[in-house]
Amino acid sequence: MTATRTGHAHGVGSSVTRPDVGAKIAGTFEYSNDVRIPGMLFGATKRCPHAHARLIGLDASRALAHPGVVRVLTADDVPTANLLGHIISDQPVFVRDVSRCEGEAVAFVVATSQEAAWAALELVDVTWEVLPAVTTIDASIAGADAPLHPMGNVIRELHIERGDDFTADVIVEASWETGRQDQLFLAPESAVAYPTGDGGVTLILATQDLHTDQHQLCSVLGLPPDRVHLINSGIGGAFGGREDITLQAHLAIAALATGRPVKTTYRRGESFLAHPKRHPARLSYRVGATRDGDLRFVEARVDLDGGPYASTSQPVLGSACYFAAGPYRVPSVRVDGRVVRTNNPISGAMRGFGAVQACFGIESTLDLLADRLGIDPVALRRRNVLAEGDPFPTSGQIVRGQTPLVELIDACERLPYPQSDGDHPLQQPGGTGCTLMGARTRRGEGFALGVKNHMYGEGVREYSWASITLNRGGLIVSSSASECGQGILTVLTQVASDAFPGVPVTLASPSTYMKYSGSSSASRQSWMSGSAVLGATRLLRERLAERLGVDAVTIDDGLVVAGETRHRLDDVVGGDEITVEYEYEAPVTHRGVEQTGTGDVHVSWMFVAHKALVDVDPELGLCTIVGLATAQDVGRAINPREVRGQILGGIAQGIGLALNESLETRDGVSLNNSLTDYLVPTAADMPPVAIAMLEHPDPLSPLGIKGAGEPSSLSSTAAIAAAVRRASGREIRRVPIRPWDVIA
Amino acid sequence: MTEHHVEIVLDGVSMTLEASPATSLLRAIRDAGHTEMQGACEQGECGSCTVVVDGRVQNACLTPAMSCESAVVETVASLLREDLAAAFVRNGAVQCGFCTPGFVVAAEEALAADRPLTAAEVRERLAGNVCRCTGYLGIIDAVLEVDRERRGAP
Repeated sequence: MTATRTGHAHGVGSSVTRPDVGAKIAGTFEYSNDVRIPGMLFGATKRCPHAHARLIGLDASRALAHPGVVRVLTADDVPTANLLGHIISDQPVFVRDVSRCEGEAVAFVVATSQEAAWAALELVDVTWEVLPAVTTIDASIAGADAPLHPMGNVIRELHIERGDDFTADVIVEASWETGRQDQLFLAPESAVAYPTGDGGVTLILATQDLHTDQHQLCSVLGLPPDRVHLINSGIGGAFGGREDITLQAHLAIAALATGRPVKTTYRRGESFLAHPKRHPARLSYRVGATRDGDLRFVEARVDLDGGPYASTSQPVLGSACYFAAGPYRVPSVRVDGRVVRTNNPISGAMRGFGAVQACFGIESTLDLLADRLGIDPVALRRRNVLAEGDPFPTSGQIVRGQTPLVELIDACERLPYPQSDGDHPLQQPGGTGCTLMGARTRRGEGFALGVKNHMYGEGVREYSWASITLNRGGLIVSSSASECGQGILTVLTQVASDAFPGVPVTLASPSTYMKYSGSSSASRQSWMSGSAVLGATRLLRERLAERLGVDAVTIDDGLVVAGETRHRLDDVVGGDEITVEYEYEAPVTHRGVEQTGTGDVHVSWMFVAHKALVDVDPELGLCTIVGLATAQDVGRAINPREVRGQILGGIAQGIGLALNESLETRDGVSLNNSLTDYLVPTAADMPPVAIAMLEHPDPLSPLGIKGAGEPSSLSSTAAIAAAVRRASGREIRRVPIRPWDVIA
Repeated sequence: MTEHHVEIVLDGVSMTLEASPATSLLRAIRDAGHTEMQGACEQGECGSCTVVVDGRVQNACLTPAMSCESAVVETVASLLREDLAAAFVRNGAVQCGFCTPGFVVAAEEALAADRPLTAAEVRERLAGNVCRCTGYLGIIDAVLEVDRERRGAP
C-alpha cells in the first residue's frame, strides 16, 4: 500500500503515532463537554417547534420562578446585531419576529444546573402563529415575490457555459435526488463562556474555524476582537457540522449578562436541529455522446435546498455546479444551478460540500449512457477522463499538475475485493435478523469516479499562519487549525520534525490568541497549515544560521550542523529562545466570468475511484455491501495510517448516504432527529475495503500533498448506488436508497 | 427533585453519587467529575457510555443511577489493557476519540468469548457502538489481533 520511504521515523511519510491517542484511549482526553469552571451556570435553548411561525408573545415569568433559574435571555438581550452568518449575516441569534425553520432559538434559559435549565424550558410560554411553510425548491421559486426571508428566496444562482454544440448521436436524460445527511459528529455541541475582567468574554468550545466564529461573535456582541477569545477544547468530530455558530452567541451573551461562566451541552435531538446539514439536491441531466462513446455535451440543472439561512450555501452551490460534469473531457457544458431558501432545516457544509451530490448525478447518468451505448461503464469512463492539459469541463481551467485518472481507474479495477467472512448471517441482506428466509439474493457491481477541488477556490484569498518557538526543550509549534480528529496536529508535528530531525516537537493549544490558520474544512489544512509550518521551519533555520554567523545550517539528529561543525541546540539557543512566524498564501484563484462561470476557479483537484459489490434481497429491498475498493491519489501521504483513516471514515459516511442517512421532514418538521430513527452505519454495515493509495506529488503544493479528507466520501455513494441498480434492475433515482426503490 | 445518595465502587474506588429517580448512571458519574464515559445520544444507540455494572455490559445512559446501590462499576479506566491500547494505536482505531472508551469496554467483552473470534463476530459484537470517524476497520482489526495474541495464536 505504501511506497518505500526515506526520511526518519518521526517525519513526513511515516505512520507517526497521534499525540492525542493515549489520552483518547484512556478516556482522559478533555472534550469541550468535559470542561468545568467553578461557579458556572448552565444554559438551555428554547426552540421553535414549527417550520415557519410568527412570534406573537413570549412570557418567561413562570420559568424565572422555577428554582435555580437565573436569567431568561431573548432577542432583547442581544447587545448589537441580532444576526449571524458564516458568509452573509442573515440568521437571527434569537427569533424576534419570525422563525423560519424548526429549532430556531427564541430564548436561552440560564440556571444553576443543567437539569433546572432544561426543566424551565417547558415554563417559557411562547405563542406562535403558525405560517404556511415553504418546503420544496419549486415552491420557493414560485414564491419569490413574497420571499420567506427579506434577502429573497434565491441565495445564489450560477450559470456555467462552455462550448455550443449540444447535439449528439445518443442522448440520455435523467433526474436524481439526494437526501439531507447529518454530519453526526459524535460529541454533541458543548461549550463554556466566561466573562473576562475587561468587559469581554472567552469561550472554550469545539469549532472548525476559530476566527470566523470570533468575527461573528464580535459583530453580535459589539466588541473588538481583543475582547472576544475562543479556545478550542477537544473536538469530537466535525465533518462540516462545526463551521457555523450554534451555541456560541447564546453562551457569550449569557456570560456577559450574568457575569458568570455559563455552559451548555446539546442533546442529540437538539444537535440535529441546531447545525446545518448536507444540502438535499435535485439534479436533472442531459448527456450526449457519439456512438463510440465520446462525450459531446453535459447539460445539468442543479437545485439545492438551502433551508432558510445561507450558511455556506453559496460555495456549496459553486462546488455542486463546477463538479456537475465530473472529471471528464466534455466539449460543451451547460450547468444551471441555484440554491434557494425553504422552511426546511438549514443546509450547509458537509464533507464533500456539494460535489457529493454532483458526483451521484453525473456518475449515475453516465451509467445510463453506457447501457444505452452497450459499452462497459468502466470503459466509458476510461475513454473520457481528463488528462494533463485538458480544459476542466465546467470552468475550462487547464488541468495541470497530476491527473492520474486512467491510473486510478486501472488501480481500482485491478484491486481484488478483500476476503469476506464466510457465511455468517451478517454477510446477507437483513444481517443477523435473518430476514432473507431462503430468498435468492442478487449481486451487482458498481463503479464511480469522484473529483473535487481542495481549498476554497472561486477567488477567495486563502492563507494560513503558523509560528514556531525554539528553546532548550525543543520546538513549540503554534497553529490555530482545529484538530477535529482528522489528525492535523500530527501532520504539523511531522512537518516540523522532518525539518528538525531529532528535536522534540510539542504543540500549543489552538485559540484566537494566535493568528488565522483558517477553517479545518475543504480538505485544506494539511496543505495550508502544513505549508505554513514548513515555511516557519525555513525561517527558523535562517535565524539559527544568523546566530552562528554562517550562511546556512541543517539539523541532524538534534544537532545544528554548520559546515563541518555540529552544535548542541542548547549551546546555540541557550536561554534565548527564538520565535518565528510564517504566513503561507495559497495559489490565487478567480471567480468565474459573470456570463459563463469559466475561469481559473480552483487551485487544483483531488481524484478518486470507488467500486462496490452489493447483494440485494429482492423481496424486502434490503442491501448489504459485500466489498468495496478504492484508488485515490493523495499526492504524498504525510501519515499513511491517518490517510487510511480518512479514506475508511469517508467511505462509511458514503455508505450512510447511499443506504440510510437522511433527516426526513413532513411540512418542514423533522421526523427522525434521534439516533434511534436516523441510522448511521455500524461495524456490522462496514464491508472490508481494499485501498490503492497513489502518491503523485501535486507540483503546486509545497509539501506535494493533495487533500485527503473529502475524496473518500465523493464517489463511494455513487458506486454503491450503481451496484444496487445493477443488482436490482431498478432505476435508483435517489439516495439514500429505500427498500421500495429496490424491491423487484 | 429530591437527591438521593447512591454508594458505588467506580473503577475500584468507593464513591457516593447524587441522583434523582430520573438520573442516569452516565449523568451521575459525569456530574461527580468522572468523564471517562461520554454520551452522544443518551438513548442507548451509540455505545459511547458502554460500562460494566456488576459484571454485565450495559449502556450507562439507560441505567438509572438509583438502581446501582452497592454496584461495582467498571469503565475504561479499570478495563483498559495494554495490548488492546497498543492494537488501537497500531491500527488507526482512534480519530476524534469520543467513541473510544466505549469501544474499549465493548471490545473487552467481545474478547472474553470462550473461543477465537471471527471478523463477522467482532463486527456483530461491536455493532452497538457508533464511530463516525474511522469506518470501523481499524477497530475490528485491533480486536482480532488482540484476540489472536491472547489466545497464543500466531
